[in-house]
Amino acid sequence: MKLSRFIAASAAMGAALVPAVAYAQEAPGFDEIGPYIMTTLLFLVGGFLVFWMAAGFAMLEAGLVRSKNVTMQLTKNIALFSIASVMYWLIGFNLMYPGDFNGYIAFNFVPTVLEPVGLGAEDAALDYASVGSDFFFQLMFVAATASIVSGALAERIKLWPFLIFVVVLTGILYPISGSWQWGGGWLSEMGFSDFAGSTIVHSVGGWAALAGAIILGPRLGKYKDGAIHPMPGSNLALATLGTFILWLGWFGFNGGSQLAAGTVGDITDVSRIFANTNMAAASGAIAALILTQIMYKKVDLTMVLNGALAGLVSITAEPLAPSLFGALWIGAIGGVIVVLTVPMLDKMKIDDVVGAIPVHLFAGIWGTIAVVFYNGDASLVTQITGIIAYGVFTFVAALVVWIILKGIMGIRVSEEAEMQGLDTSELGMEAYPDFTKG
Amino acid sequence: MHVKLIIAAIKPFKLEEVREALTSIGVRGMMVTEIKGFGSQSGHTEIYRGAEYAVNFVPKVKLEIVVAESMAEQVVSTIASTAKTDKIGDGKIFVLDVESAMRVRTGETDADAL
Repeated sequence: MKLSRFIAASAAMGAALVPAVAYAQEAPGFDEIGPYIMTTLLFLVGGFLVFWMAAGFAMLEAGLVRSKNVTMQLTKNIALFSIASVMYWLIGFNLMYPGDFNGYIAFNFVPTVLEPVGLGAEDAALDYASVGSDFFFQLMFVAATASIVSGALAERIKLWPFLIFVVVLTGILYPISGSWQWGGGWLSEMGFSDFAGSTIVHSVGGWAALAGAIILGPRLGKYKDGAIHPMPGSNLALATLGTFILWLGWFGFNGGSQLAAGTVGDITDVSRIFANTNMAAASGAIAALILTQIMYKKVDLTMVLNGALAGLVSITAEPLAPSLFGALWIGAIGGVIVVLTVPMLDKMKIDDVVGAIPVHLFAGIWGTIAVVFYNGDASLVTQITGIIAYGVFTFVAALVVWIILKGIMGIRVSEEAEMQGLDTSELGMEAYPDFTKG
Repeated sequence: MHVKLIIAAIKPFKLEEVREALTSIGVRGMMVTEIKGFGSQSGHTEIYRGAEYAVNFVPKVKLEIVVAESMAEQVVSTIASTAKTDKIGDGKIFVLDVESAMRVRTGETDADAL
């Protein structure tokens, strides 16, 4: 609506005020700047949708931890997002998108610089989008990676060592491995395909979380005398709200990753991605709904929430090519993976409080493999090469960082603090304190 | 006149019905607390994220009602008949002697304080 009005207005202005030829020489016409404006708009709208996923992670995690740890979980979530924002400006963005580089690591440690105020059309990158919108959009993805880690390690990790890990993850680890594909590095040369980041964002977060969960150890009393002792979450309404928020944010996550919106083909593809993304989330949830009913005789809401998210992660590597039916079965398998691997991690005594590793790592691997079913340009060997490369690099690097942090300052709170809850022991502030203060 | 304390643990969804029945026989006040506990049934098991766990403490509502001795029996039978569902976990009722009672505002004591 607004766009067609703008075209009409500029055409009228051109006719009435300025000789058409002279006007065209001074500034590019709408045919040339239209795609730039549309793609920039896609990044801005996509970016604030992905930003909202930070709220989704915060609510999901607040709901799935016990009430004595809610304030700490919320603190970690807002802190990690803020740190990711600063680190990605400071070095992350240019490390990840260095332009020409050796394909493995760009030694390009410079902060991001935006366009000058009031950029003229003749100075803009008219074949793409504004740097500001691109930076803003990409920054939201690195924050999502860090959020994945915080959920898995909840209820026992100290605040500051966790935040130091976030500095390293968002400033160095994620940008380096991200440059291999999205920065035009060696995996991109090889033909690896990961549209919006099943591997690059979600599995990377999952690997970092897995390394942390192993070094950190399970919560006190979780695995005792050979039995698993569940610690039910404090607020499933918040967890459900968080899941819906993540689901909403994912439209920006996958849709924005089309990276172009200036042609009929591009904007139609974005629409296709939205519809496929929604379908995969729905089928992931339904799969978990049915499977928990069959396996446990009762539906487990927390698994259904995880199932929806696993569906979303599964479709993230290729949300464009599949038909709606394709998105349905790819997402459904994601939901099945979660229901089967949550108890598997428990058997291995790896304590993942919110199911971040099954949702983001295992479903992320599945989604990256599933690319080959609908995208003819992808090969299974290359997909697996990418999965292994990201897995080895992130897991080993994260393991080293966790071990160093453990050696220097310790990463785990004392037993007494853990039993008391991190809210009062670490922060002196409860999430729900209003007893006797009517 | 002697004063009795009646403590009753009942199923939470029965609270409103019991309150109405007690008000209609002339009970003028009660204290209500949300509690958890177990009796001979000893809880049950549930599954959370694929792992079975014991729910040892079941939610109940605890009523504390202080009445004149003459009324105690009627209160007990009213609670018993109203809170009864004939299913496991209907609760328990206890009756205790009260040494003294006082209304804070006026300083009235024992049965006058109720």
